[in-house]
Amino acid sequence: MVRYITRRTLVMIPVALVVSMIVFFIIQLPPGDFISGYAAKMSTSGEIMDAQALAQLREAYGLDQPWYAQYFTWITGILTEGDFGYSLSYNRPVADIIGQYMGITLLVSIFTMLFTYIIAIPIGVLSAVKQYSWFDYLSTGIGFLGMATPNFLFAILLMFLSFRWWGDPMLGLFSPEFAEAPWTYAKWLDLLKHMIIPVIVIGTSNTCELIRVMRGQMLDEMTKPHIVTARAKGLPEWRILVKYSIRAAINPVISTIGWSLTTIFTGSTITAIVLNLPTQGPVMHKALLSQDMYLAGSWLLLMAVFTLLGTLISDILLALLDPRIRLERKGA
Amino acid sequence: MVTQAKALIRRFRNARSVRAAARPDQSASHWRLMYRELKRHKLARISSVVLAMMYTLALFAPFIAPQGLENYSSEYMNSKPTVVRFVDAEGNFHLQPFVYGLKSERDPETLRKRFVEDPSKLFPIKLFVRGEEYTFLGVFQTNVHLFGVDEPGRIFLFGTDGMGRDLFSRVVLGSQVSLTVPLIGVSISFVLGLLIGGISGYAGGRVDAVIQRFIDIVRSFPTLPLWMALAAAIPPRVGVVEMFFYITIIMAFIEWTGLARVVRSKFIALRAEDYVTAAKIAGVGDLKIIFVHLVPGFISYLVVAATLAIPGMIIGETAMSFLGLGIRSPATSWGVLMQEAQQIENVALYPWKLIPLIFVIIVVLAFNFFGDGLRDAADPYSHESGLKSANRKEKQRWFNRSKGKRMSM
Repeated sequence: MVRYITRRTLVMIPVALVVSMIVFFIIQLPPGDFISGYAAKMSTSGEIMDAQALAQLREAYGLDQPWYAQYFTWITGILTEGDFGYSLSYNRPVADIIGQYMGITLLVSIFTMLFTYIIAIPIGVLSAVKQYSWFDYLSTGIGFLGMATPNFLFAILLMFLSFRWWGDPMLGLFSPEFAEAPWTYAKWLDLLKHMIIPVIVIGTSNTCELIRVMRGQMLDEMTKPHIVTARAKGLPEWRILVKYSIRAAINPVISTIGWSLTTIFTGSTITAIVLNLPTQGPVMHKALLSQDMYLAGSWLLLMAVFTLLGTLISDILLALLDPRIRLERKGA
Repeated sequence: MVTQAKALIRRFRNARSVRAAARPDQSASHWRLMYRELKRHKLARISSVVLAMMYTLALFAPFIAPQGLENYSSEYMNSKPTVVRFVDAEGNFHLQPFVYGLKSERDPETLRKRFVEDPSKLFPIKLFVRGEEYTFLGVFQTNVHLFGVDEPGRIFLFGTDGMGRDLFSRVVLGSQVSLTVPLIGVSISFVLGLLIGGISGYAGGRVDAVIQRFIDIVRSFPTLPLWMALAAAIPPRVGVVEMFFYITIIMAFIEWTGLARVVRSKFIALRAEDYVTAAKIAGVGDLKIIFVHLVPGFISYLVVAATLAIPGMIIGETAMSFLGLGIRSPATSWGVLMQEAQQIENVALYPWKLIPLIFVIIVVLAFNFFGDGLRDAADPYSHESGLKSANRKEKQRWFNRSKGKRMSM
C-alpha cells in the first residue's frame, strides 16, 4: 500500500510540471500583455505613457523576455523559494493574495461539502428504501432539475427569490457593516446567513448526483442474498439497513470525496463571480481579463494541483475501502 | 455443382426469411433494437419531441422572430411582456387575437418609466407580415415574418431588454448559436476522440502510454477556468462567425478526452475478440479491421457518450457568453441574454429577463433525458434492472429455450 501511494505521488510530479507549463503558455496567449492594458487604462484617464517608460516597466517585471524564459524564472521561484511571483494589478506578491482568499474559499468549499453529504446520503437511502413512493419521485425529479440547471443561473434565481422575500439579495459573504469588523459572534452569524445561498448553489448539482449514485447503490445492495439471510434471521429492518446495505452502498460515495472536493473548488468560479463572493473566482476572472499572468497562472496551477490531489485521494480511498482493488494491486 | 450450390443458398435464404418473419428480433440490427427500446423510454420520447421543436425553432429563427438582430426601439426600453388577448375592454370576443397599444407613464412612487396598455388602441396580430429583411435558410432573401402587428403597434411576447430589443426575437435568434455550438463541438470531439482513442487502443504499448498521459494532463485542468483562460486568448475584435468557430474549438478541445477514453477501452476489449484475430490472419489491413470490424462494435456507445456530453457544452457556452467571453452583441446566444440578469436590480425590476434561463434548463434537461434513454437502449444489460419490458422477457425466454436446445444436442 505504501509503495502504491508513493508511486502515485511520484507520477503526479511530472504531470504537475507539464500542467504548469501549459497553464503559463495559455495565459500568455492573448495578444498584448499587462503593461499594454495598463497603458491603455492610463491613457483613458489622461496620462500618456511613452514607449520608453513602457519598455522600462516591461523590463522591471521581466515581461520583455520570451514566455519560456518567463516561465522558467517563475517555476524556479516556486520550486526553490515558494515564491509565486508578483501580482501586477494588486501590486503585491501573489502568495499574499492567495493567502488572503484561500481561507474563505476553503471555508465555503468545506461547508458546501458537508451540506452535500449531509443532505444527499439520507435522501438517497430513503428514496431507495421507499422506491416508487412520492418521496422517491420527488427526490429524483429535483435531482434531475438540479443537475440540469447551471450553477450560476441557479444563483441568479435564488438571489431573485431572496430579494423578493426578504428584500436582500444576499450578495457577498458579509453585510457592509461587518465587512471590516473584527471576528465577533455577530459577524460569524452574518457570515453563516450569507453562506446559505452559495452553499446551496454550489452544492446542488453535486448533491443531486450523489443522491442518484446512493439510490442506485442502495437498490443494488438491498436485494443481495446476505440481506435476505439477515432478514430471515429476524434482524430488525433498520439494523439490516445500517449494518449491511448502507455500509456497502456508501463505499463509492466515500471514495469519490476527493473528486467532489475538486469539483466544488473549481466549479464555484462563476457562481462566486455572480454572487460577488470574496473567494478565488472573481480574483481569477479579473486576473485573466487584465492579463495579470503570475496571479492567474498561480491560481490555475493551484487548481490543477488540487484536481490531481483529489484524484490521488480518491484512488487511495478506493484502494483502502475496497479489498478487491487492493488485492488486485498486490497481485500485480 | 453450381446449381446445387445455388439451390443450397436459396434454401438457406428462404429459411432465414421465414425465421426472421416469425421472430423479428433475430434479424433486427442493433440500431433497430436501440430505436425500439428508445421508443419505449417515455422521458426520452418526450425529450426528443422537445428537442425537435427547439431545433425547428432555430432553423426557422429569422422567420419566426418578429424582429431582426439589429432592431431596437429605444422608446420601449424594459417593457414588460405584451399580453395577447381575445376579449377587449368592452367584453367583445375577437376571433383574431390582438394586443393593446403601449403608452409610457411615470411610476408615481419610483418615478421610473413604465409601460401600460392603452385599451383605446387595438392591434390585431397578423400572420406573414413584412418586416426586417433576412436570408431564409441561407438561400433566398425575404422580409416575411410569421407574425406581427401593424405600426405603430408593438408585440413583445417576452418583453424587451435594456436597449428596447424584443426578448422573444432574441431568444429565438439566440437559439441558433446556443443549439449549434454544442452539436458542432460534439462532432469535432467525436472525430478527435475516435481517431486518437482508436490509435491509442489499437496500437497499445508506448503510443498508448503517451496518449493516456496527455489525456490525463488535459483532464487535470479545471474546466471552467481553462475555458475562461482560452476564451480570454481570443482576439477581441473578431467577427461573429470566427468567434463562433473559436468557441466551438475550445469546447471540443476539452471534451474529446472523455470520448477518447470510451473508444480506447472498447478497442482494447474488442481487439482480443476471435473474429478480429481471424480477420488479421486472413490478411485484412489495419484500417479495414478498424472501420469494418471494430468501430461498428462500439459506435452506439460512442453516440451515447457524445449525447451526454452535449448538455455540458450548452452550459459551457452559456457560461462563457454570460461572462462576456463568448459571443458578443449584437449577435446573441442564450448566455448573452442572461448577461442582463447578472445585476440583481435588473432581475428584481424586470423579472422577464429570466425567460432565457427557462430555455437553457429545458434544453439541458431534454438532452440529459434523451441521453439517458439512449444509454439504456444501447446497453443490453441495463434492461433487466431498469426497464421492465415485455419484449425483453420474450427474448429471455427465447434465449433460454435455445440454450436448452443446445444442451440437449
